[in-house]
Amino acid sequence: MTVKTLTLDGTPVSAREDETILDLCREHGVALPTLCHLEGLSEVGACRLCLVEVKGSPRLHPACTLRAEEGMEITTSSERLRRYRRQILELLFAERNHVCAICVVNGRCELQEVAYAVGLDHVRYPYRHPATQLDASHTRFMLDQGRCILCTRCVRVCDEIEGAHTWDVAGRGADSRVITDLAQPWGKSDSCTSCGKCVQVCPTGALFEKIQPAGGGTKHREFLTYIKNAREKKQWIR
Amino acid sequence: MNGEELQEIVEREGARQAALRHRVGVCAAAGCLSLGSEQVKAALVRGVEEAHLGAEVEVFGTGCLGLCEAGTLVQVESRQPDGHVCRCLYERVDAARAATVVRQHLVGGTPLAEGQLQLTDPFFALQHKVVLQGSGVSDPERLESCLAAGAYQALQKVLTELRPADVIAELTASGLRGRGGGGYPAGLKWSTVHKASGPRKIVICNADEGDPGAFMDRSVLEGDPHRVLEGMAIAGYAVGAEQGYVYVRGEYPLAISRLKTALKQAERLQLLGHRIFETGFNFRIDLRIGAGAFVCGEETALIASVEGRRGTPRPRPPYPAVSGLWGLPTLINNVETFANVPEVIRGGGQAFAAVGTERSKGTKVFALAGKISRTGLIEVPMGTPLRQIIFDIGGGIPGGKAFKAAQTGGPSGGCIPAQHLDLPVDYESLVQVGSFMGSGGLIIMDETSCMVDVAAYFMEFCRDESCGKCVPCRAGTVQMHALLQKLTRFEGSEADLAQLEELAELLKATSLCGLGQGAPNPVVSTLRYFRDEYLAHVRERRCPAGVCKGAAPPVLAAAGAGVAP
Amino acid sequence: MSAPGGSTGHPSGDKRFKMLDAALRRQQYQSDALLEILHAAQELFGFLSDDVLTYVGRSLKLPLSRVYGVATFYNLFTLKPKGAHTCTVCMGTACYVKGAGDLLAGLESAHGVKAGQTTADDQLSVVVARCVGACGVAPAVVFDLELAGQQTRASVLERVKGWRASP
Repeated sequence: MTVKTLTLDGTPVSAREDETILDLCREHGVALPTLCHLEGLSEVGACRLCLVEVKGSPRLHPACTLRAEEGMEITTSSERLRRYRRQILELLFAERNHVCAICVVNGRCELQEVAYAVGLDHVRYPYRHPATQLDASHTRFMLDQGRCILCTRCVRVCDEIEGAHTWDVAGRGADSRVITDLAQPWGKSDSCTSCGKCVQVCPTGALFEKIQPAGGGTKHREFLTYIKNAREKKQWIR
Repeated sequence: MNGEELQEIVEREGARQAALRHRVGVCAAAGCLSLGSEQVKAALVRGVEEAHLGAEVEVFGTGCLGLCEAGTLVQVESRQPDGHVCRCLYERVDAARAATVVRQHLVGGTPLAEGQLQLTDPFFALQHKVVLQGSGVSDPERLESCLAAGAYQALQKVLTELRPADVIAELTASGLRGRGGGGYPAGLKWSTVHKASGPRKIVICNADEGDPGAFMDRSVLEGDPHRVLEGMAIAGYAVGAEQGYVYVRGEYPLAISRLKTALKQAERLQLLGHRIFETGFNFRIDLRIGAGAFVCGEETALIASVEGRRGTPRPRPPYPAVSGLWGLPTLINNVETFANVPEVIRGGGQAFAAVGTERSKGTKVFALAGKISRTGLIEVPMGTPLRQIIFDIGGGIPGGKAFKAAQTGGPSGGCIPAQHLDLPVDYESLVQVGSFMGSGGLIIMDETSCMVDVAAYFMEFCRDESCGKCVPCRAGTVQMHALLQKLTRFEGSEADLAQLEELAELLKATSLCGLGQGAPNPVVSTLRYFRDEYLAHVRERRCPAGVCKGAAPPVLAAAGAGVAP
Repeated sequence: MSAPGGSTGHPSGDKRFKMLDAALRRQQYQSDALLEILHAAQELFGFLSDDVLTYVGRSLKLPLSRVYGVATFYNLFTLKPKGAHTCTVCMGTACYVKGAGDLLAGLESAHGVKAGQTTADDQLSVVVARCVGACGVAPAVVFDLELAGQQTRASVLERVKGWRASP
């Protein structure tokens, strides 16, 4: 396997053939905000938060899907990249109904974390206040569409790790929403195995458990890489 | 079918046509069909039968004759005793007129005095037909007539005389660039797919013409489908693919049926399918029907659609040329690009490159529409000045109104104002003035169009067609459209204009695909050239064009599926 | 290519499912052909009900959410029954510039429905198309399956008047 050398914010680094720029950033402690990415799931490059500048390319590229190549010169945090990240988050906060004060994951939410990380403290775009639905039909879990950022982690984990493919996205554009089976109430789904993986991977309070421990529970995602390694490499690594 | 057999058919058909006194071509493309050309053709056929002229007169349906707003168009080619062929083009023909044509021209031998379009008129004289050369010549539903016009001869030459590398060399020499809008050098794309490795390769023809205001691809598919199929087969040979797909919009039922007919006829004569021209080359073409999603014109979204998925794009790299449909190396080109290929082979790459400008070779088909006297389909050499297209070919602005802007590139394009009328229309020049070539839609606007309203119209389109995968496009088009609507309702402020520009930069820089990246273009280009109109809306609560009335504009709901929230 | 349990048609005996089976066989039950099958189903049934979507999903061995996601992504598929007649007004750029907006407004006010809706008597559905590719004869309107060019507010209303009157 060939090793490539490239620079990350001016610092020379080496990368294995199959490493992405995001992998490299994590390895070298370079902070890069992400939301749709989750270790163990396929990459979609959808949230656009991890976009980096590549010298010689007129376009910005998502670090999560960009393979490291020999001689690349990457900039992860220029003035405009920081500005774009804030704007993308502003768009997200204004898009649906994110009311932290009454949310079950307040204080443990990835959307909040990323906002703090990029220094966002107010939203300048008008809030859209769409009419969003709540689905409490499942015995153990709930879905609040208002908190969904359409990262599709739930769709991917149910398809790639659990295998049931209960979740998918319906509609298009701003009318998109995650649905189960034929957009029936979750509790009526006969493909759902109630494994709860989707709840664990959801970055916000869109998917959450009905019964929460006092003070609110945290999400547990170790199962992702555990199961992946078990399936693919027949190695059970804890 | 081998070369000799093909030649026999060509000669037989040629002899049959030469023995006719008149060949009457009735435009059978969508525009004229909607104006009743089927009835006109039936009336002509009836008239010819009643006059017992069946052996001397042929009435056939043919591809778009160009001047759509003067439909139904009927072309009569008459062979004189001295062998000379003279051509008349009748406009606005209805069943009654058809009877007169039969009586006076076909029976009597004298063309009608009025109702004839002058073929010396700039609309016709300034065009240079390559892709549209079949119009008026061949009947898309009769393979023999297309063969007599030269169909599949380039493919035969390629299979018997050239190696794949030679074909790619000709294409590179021609300078042909992707006609779908991107303008990527076709030779380079073909070469990339040729060099890519995989268990098999695929050729896809992007016939998802989604730009509102564009109907070039539709006309080529309806009028001369074999030209496109032949181009695809030549591409298959060059890159090493045995399977091709034509991905055509579901909104084009006529194009779909003409393609199906053409495929069946070509396969029957072994011009497509197995052992083409009795060589070892196999190339099979299947249709894939789109279901109404503009974003599926984007390569990776198109691929997702052919795979039976939601049409959401994927990050590139990897590019489809290396990893496309089902992960296989895939060549995707637009209809018009493939339609140019037989000509490149027939005349050679260098001859092709003799037309056009330094970096934009060949011709371009434009759909000329909007506030212009002559709406229709035209094909001109790259580099033709915009002024010539609008005023000479297009006949200028009707009603004595003033030209305001020419919109090119559809929802990803821009508006070109009067100050740039002398612009040579080619890839580079259009980008320089803030627009881009796009697929060829050319909408002319006059003083009665409000550019803020036009910008809002295009943004609404992008918002409704956004696939929803990436945040900037999904959420940004909503915000940008809301801002533009505020402006059209005279509720906008200068802060709103600033926010509009800020979002424009964000979408252009960070969106996943061309839809989001291009969505701000109409806004940016109208702000660049018509800023005073925006400011009038903001500062004076006034619409200079008299369009915006201050009330909420009519609700333009998206087509199709009614999905409950 | 194994035929699934539904290959002998639908328990209801509705012949249209047999015709759908024919389409499935033509596509060799390949899951890639989902769009082609949904097209066929929409043509047969007029719209894609839950029942039909389930049948397609089972036949192609695809997850239901996947089928639903695809059916709701594309403009041409509809999950709600359409009226007896459909009037599709093209809102492409050329048609828009030539006054299609006014044409649509006239239709909407005359029949009391907005684009995307069906009249209460189920006779007329008004739909907007993004571009039907007949820009040379703008404004274009499609009456059921028939494309008509150079339409005016009056000509559209005239054409549609006959539909509402019929039983």
